[in-house]
Order: sequence, then C-alpha cells, then structure tokens
Amino acid sequence: MLEAIGADSVDDLFDIPEGVWFDDEFGIPARSERETRALIRKTLEKNDTLVELLGRGHYGYYVPSLVDHLADRSEYLTSYTQYQPETSQGFLQALFEYQSLLVELTGLEIANCSMYDAATALGEAATLAERVRETSGHRVLVPDTILEGRRSTLENYVSGTDLEVETYPTWEGTVDLVDLERQIDEDVVMLYAENPTVSGAIEPNLSEVGSLASSSDALFVLGSDPIALSLLQRPVDVGADVVVGDASVLGLPTSYGMGLGLFATRESYLRQVPGRLVGVSEDDQDRRAFTLTLQTREQHIRRERATSNICTNQAWVALRTAMHAAMLGPDGLVDLAKRDVVRAESLAERLDELDGITAPVDDRRHFREFVAQVEDSARAIARALEERGYAVHVLDDDHIQCCISGVTEAEIDGFVAAIGEVAR
Amino acid sequence: MSDNASNGEKSRVEDAYYDQARYVRNGHYEPLLSEKDQTQVTIHDDDSPLPGHLTRDTLELPGLSEPELARHYTRLSQMIYGIDTGPYPLGSCTMKYNPKFTEDVAALESGAVHPGRSPETIQGTLELLYRLQGYLAQIGGMDAVTLQPPAGAAGEFVGIRVANAYHEHNDEGHRDEVIIPESAHGTNFATAALGGYNVVSLPSNDEGRVDLEALEAALSEQTAALMLTNPNTLGLFERDITEIAEMVHDVGGLLYYDGANLNALLGRARPGDMGFDVMHYNVHKTFATPHGGGGPGAGPVGVVDELAPFLPAPRVREAEDGYELFDPEQTIGHVHGYQGNWLVLIKAFAYIARLGDEGLLDASAKAVLNANYLASQIDYDVPYGPFHHEFVASAGEQDAADVAKRMLDFGVHPPTTKWPEIVSEALMTEPTEVESKETLDLLASAFRRASASDAETLETAPNRTAAGRIDQTSAARNPRLSWHALEDE
Repeated sequence: MLEAIGADSVDDLFDIPEGVWFDDEFGIPARSERETRALIRKTLEKNDTLVELLGRGHYGYYVPSLVDHLADRSEYLTSYTQYQPETSQGFLQALFEYQSLLVELTGLEIANCSMYDAATALGEAATLAERVRETSGHRVLVPDTILEGRRSTLENYVSGTDLEVETYPTWEGTVDLVDLERQIDEDVVMLYAENPTVSGAIEPNLSEVGSLASSSDALFVLGSDPIALSLLQRPVDVGADVVVGDASVLGLPTSYGMGLGLFATRESYLRQVPGRLVGVSEDDQDRRAFTLTLQTREQHIRRERATSNICTNQAWVALRTAMHAAMLGPDGLVDLAKRDVVRAESLAERLDELDGITAPVDDRRHFREFVAQVEDSARAIARALEERGYAVHVLDDDHIQCCISGVTEAEIDGFVAAIGEVAR
Repeated sequence: MSDNASNGEKSRVEDAYYDQARYVRNGHYEPLLSEKDQTQVTIHDDDSPLPGHLTRDTLELPGLSEPELARHYTRLSQMIYGIDTGPYPLGSCTMKYNPKFTEDVAALESGAVHPGRSPETIQGTLELLYRLQGYLAQIGGMDAVTLQPPAGAAGEFVGIRVANAYHEHNDEGHRDEVIIPESAHGTNFATAALGGYNVVSLPSNDEGRVDLEALEAALSEQTAALMLTNPNTLGLFERDITEIAEMVHDVGGLLYYDGANLNALLGRARPGDMGFDVMHYNVHKTFATPHGGGGPGAGPVGVVDELAPFLPAPRVREAEDGYELFDPEQTIGHVHGYQGNWLVLIKAFAYIARLGDEGLLDASAKAVLNANYLASQIDYDVPYGPFHHEFVASAGEQDAADVAKRMLDFGVHPPTTKWPEIVSEALMTEPTEVESKETLDLLASAFRRASASDAETLETAPNRTAAGRIDQTSAARNPRLSWHALEDE
C-alpha cells in the first residue's frame, strides 16, 4: 500500500510539525477482549444490588426481550443518519412509525425523530417559543417543583436569547392557578407545566393552565411521557402547543439517566421545529418511500441560522421506544398506565398506615410515584433501607419519594415490610 | 449502462460481493404497522382508576403479536445499510467497526442503575466514569473532562458556555464573536449562534488551511473563541497551529478544538499540546461506539486547568474512600437532565481499555494509511493535501450527489457529498482504519465505475437498492410526517 501511495513509511504520511508531535505514552495497557470484559464486570459488581423505588424524571420499566434482540441487529446499530435514503428505508420507516406513535399520543400533528432527553427538549421548546412569538417577550415560566437538571439545562439553552427563566408556585403539588394568573402577562413567551409532575401528582386543572397560556399568547409547553400519555388527558385537548419529555420510559431500561427527548408540536410551527423529521415521498417509480425532510432547518445546511445545533440525536433509542410501544399495543399501554396509578396509590395507602409515615403529602391523584413525609430523619431511613436492599429518594430531612415503575409486586411487599421496620 | 467492467475474474468477485449487500429491489415494501392493524381502545370510567376528566377518551395504535413484530423489524433491518453490511466511508463521521463485545458490557445488569442512587451504592459506575475522564484527558492532553454532553454538538455547546463563563468571570463579557473557518462543520456555526454569539466566518488560504492574515484581521477584543478542527475537514493538518494559538491567546480569546477528526491523531498529537484550551470528543466516531442510525453518541469535553471550575455539574472525582460527585465551583450547570449517555460512555471505555496505547496508535496509523491508499486508487482529482484520515475528491463535471447514488449500486456506502464547499462537487471520503486492502480495492473500483458512468446512468441511479431515487422536493413541499397524515390523503 505504501508503494502505491509513494511513501516510505506510515509516519511519513503525517504532516505534523516537530513541536507538536506527542512523544510520550498514555500508559493505557492493551487488554484482550476477555480481560476487558472481566475488568468492566468486576468494576460494576462494586455497585450495590438494590431494588430501586426511584423515579423523578428517569424511570425503569421492564423492557421485553424482543426489543433487545431486534434493536441489536447490526443494521440498526451500525448505520448512521439516513443521508442516503435509498439504502436506509428500514430505519426511516421505523422512525416514521415512532413519529406517528407520538402524534397519536399527543394529538399534535408533528413529532421529530428525537432530541437528547427531556431537559434538552425543554430547552429547544424555549428557543422555538422565542422564534415563533410574533411580539417580543422575555419571560419563561416553569413550576417551582422543576428538577434542577431541567431548569439548569433550560437556562443554558436560553443563554443566547433575551429570555429569563422564572418559577411559579405550586399548591398541593400542582399548578396554583390563582398565583399563576397573577404572575402571567404578555411578556411571558412560554409557560411550562408537567403532567404528571416530578412528584407524581396528576394535574387536575390542565385546561385552565392552557387557557391562561393562550390568553397571554404564551406557548404552552407540556412535559409528559408516552406511558402517562396513554391514559392521561391528551395534550391537544388541553391546549398544549408543544409536548416534551422522556420517551425512553419505553424501550430503555434504567440507564443512569440516559434518555430520549420527546418533541411534538403543532403543524403551524413546522418550519421552526428543531431536529430531524422523516417524511413520505416517492421514488422514481412512484412507489412510497421515506426520507429525511425539511433539512433546510438544520445546521448542516442553515449553519448559524439553523433551528437548533443538534446533529447526532437518539435515533436508536427512538427505535427501541417504537418497538416497546408496538409490543404493548394500545391495550398494553393503557393497562400499564392504569397499573402505574393503582400501584402507586396502593403503596401510598400502605405506607400511610405505618407509624411514622404520612403518604401521599398532597391531595392529588398519583402516577407511579408520590412523596411521603417521615417523622424520623429521611436520610437515616433511606440509609437503613439501603442496608435492607431498597433505594428511595431523599428530598429533605422530612420527605422521601417512592416510585413503582420498575418493581414487582413482591418487591413492593418486601419494601413495605422493610420501611415498616426502619421508619418508626 | 456504461461501466467499464474490469477483467472477468475481478468483476465476478465484485458482483458476488455486491449481491451480498442484498439491496436488490423486489418491488415489495414492508407495510407500515398501522397498515397491518389499528386497534382503538376506549377508556371507560367504570374500569379506569381515574375519573374521566383526568383521562383521554381513546387511543388508537397497532396491536400486533410478537412474531408479527419480529418479522416487521427484521424486514425493515434488511432495508438498511450499516457498517456490518459493507464499507461506509462517510467523511467526517468516522464510521469504524463497532466491536461486538462492547454491547455485552453495556448490557450488564449491574450497570443499569438509576441516577438518583446515593454515590456510595454505585461506586462501580462512578469508578468507570472517573477512569474514562482520565483516559480522555490523557488522549486529548487536557486537564479536566466532563462526560455529560450527549453528542458532539452538545459538547460544542458546553465549550461555548464555558468560554462565556470564563470571559464573564474575567469581566470580559463584552466578547461577542466566535470565529469559525468557512469549511467547518455546520454544528460549529449553529452552536455559536445558540450561545448568542455573532459568527465571524474565516476564509481558507490557497492551501486549504487557516489564512493567517484573515485570522489576524478577524481577531479583536470582541473575540471570545476560535473554533477549529484539526486535521481540518479537508484532512489537512493546520501546520501553523502553534502560531494560531498564540494569535488567539494574544487577544484574550480561547481556542476550541472540534474533536470530529481526532481519529487521525490518536497517540501522535494532542490538542492540549497544540495550545487548545477546550475540546470535545466524539466518542461515537473516535472510540467506535455504534452510530445507531443517527445516535445516541456522546460528546465529552476536556479543558485546561484554568477552565475546569466552569465545567458542567456534577463531575466525578476520587475521594478518600472511593468516588464521589461534585459541582465545580463556578459551574455552568447542566446541559443534560442527568449525566449524559451512559450506554455510550461505557462502550467508549471498553474500546479504549481494550486497545490501550498500542491499539490507539495503530488506529491512527491505519486510518491515515487507508485514506492515502484509497485516494491513490481512484480517478477523481484530490485537490488538497497532504491529507490524513480523510480526503476530499472532486467529482469534476459530474454531480457529486449522482456519483453517490451510483456508488450505492456497487454495494458500498458513498462518501459525504458537496461539502466542504471549497472543493467543487466534493466527495469527502474517510475509509477508517478497519478496512482491509481488498475492501479498499472494492471501494476504489466503485469510485472508478461511478466516474466512468455516463450522465444518464448517473441521473437514474441507484437501480439495485430497496428504493429508487427518492424525490426530496415532493417530501418537503407536501410534508407527510405521520401515518395520520397519510390517512388524510
């Protein structure tokens, strides 16, 4: 090969000036595949095995084996963005089906084929709000219960605009309509609410929240996820303009916070949507074919005038989400969502019967999680629970949060017994 | 068809190879899930745990059995070209083979932990992340690394936000310009704009590198940063990098390294040693994590000591008794809800740990050797050199997009086309280190057969793929983005 190139050595092919050659070593030893696997396995075994009653934005659900086996087919795993649609029809169709799933769940006309996660999707919603608002405004309203990771990401996304992020108060875990009405005005560009909230409360007044947003011409951005959306009010029916959230509740097991940014919106904002869109077209023989479309919105064409800087997205996770949803079907999705209400509320009742615990702390219906008040130190209780093999969230000295999404009924029974021992 | 078929023996081998690609069209498409079944579920008050005003009324989606779905997704996969199908020399994307064992380590249940776990109970996860931070710092010549950004563009955004925080901290918040070479990745421009910066576009000199005079003219007290890819998108090393760094630093700006092309330099040169202050790594490129049809990737960011206090929160550090999370003193906060794409990061760790110094050095050597060999075997002109891991050929009088479609017929993935614009009808080609000489010869033959094709053949290509040439205009003019939109037709 060197002869064909006309070079004497591989080193000669590198046109790197003397001064910047790296002559040292990294000191990373090469390992066999077997050694590497053993190294990682042994290291991860240092993690404690705990039954996780954890949620607050990242949810573990059982993922059917079909998803792993089919999504791990190497055609899906080892292809890249569908710049050549003629040899990418299968992935494009799967992403089109993912978009269709979100359209059905939200009632909005358009869903993109992924953002990174719920927090970045929220950030993108804010920049969309800024672009589509006819009159200028400066305020973005978010609930005071918003997760720090989401609020902070949102603030980074709007750092290049004139937008300011402010919180509005909640009451009993959901939007305080009276206070919100007082706070909202024409300077508000975007109003964000979540259903369910980060503490699992189901918002009882979503339509009223939507009306408040539209009365001040603010974009109503609703945070949710595909399982909750299978049962709870349809976003389009409560006036949502954009739906964001973590779609990987379907398709991904617990993954240390890795997610899939759901992003759906109204057709009128089509040209301002961030991220990739798969559309239908025809090939040269007039047969239906899929392709990435409206790419003039995107960074590789529009550069600094693009609707977003996103390039690499979470396409493979979207594939997994579509597969999991298809495995459940509409009956399975609705049943899973109902289960999330029934089990969360039943666990709250059982905890409430124990000495030293009040659950839930708010007068709301709950979806998969809730906050409980404890008489002893919450931190001490959580530590004692860890010793018995269970993990819960500690919110402050008096409050813990429990989520049932990923646990079995037997594990819930074990948890109730354990917390009964440590909470009194 | 007007292919100049080479000698009989070789073309038989090639045809057998092309057939393996299995993209011979069969006139049959896999129906949409919604065309196979639509089941409507009604949510009744009497069997719902929630009152009707809190629920939706109906949900209509396909309801299919597991075997039906297994076939659906298998058939769809057969209409996708991936690295495991054949060579994928998509320039700037570093489509290298993804070692299978990395899937096995990512699937370990002991790693499937929730981010809300107390750090004491996930010491294994934190140790791997800490060690990966260390590996990346070493490889890039950087002092501190965050693993949070979920993709390259997100890494760029962290870089821009860190630069902003640094300047604000030094009472230099007036710096509102980011300088970017014209030939840079589109994400650089979009990221600078997202961060609120004015983009100053920098022309290249006749050799395809940064024009120092133009740079001098562009630099000022308004300069927040210069974003640079090295080797640049033409595959050329920016030989004046030390001088460029000095010029940028002299006006108080920061030098940002776009890590898209780091594969060319592994073990041979480090951005930190060249004077870069902040960089991102594309682990889905350089460290072989699968591209997954467009993502997920990961875009960790490395910085010099002076910028470490501004990195996103939290980071991992070694504590007296294991590992802990901490928030850097003047952190820019979060750019992701949690800590990025764990399933990607663990595969990158596995790849680096497997290769070690030796394997990483070998990767850059072969990547550069392969690109140079392939370029020597094709008919198209390559106007700029000496290039490293990728080269940009010109299709000359032909339309580069047509050439790409024609190459699909030969069972290979074509290069990136029509970019960078500095080369007319650009074919940006990056074969990566994983291809053998035989595969490179097949690729070269696909290039040669495309270059020998007449205009009509080019315009009507491809002919052997699952779909024929797809009409992009109609897709954009009449957007149909869900199966609901098709029903309305």
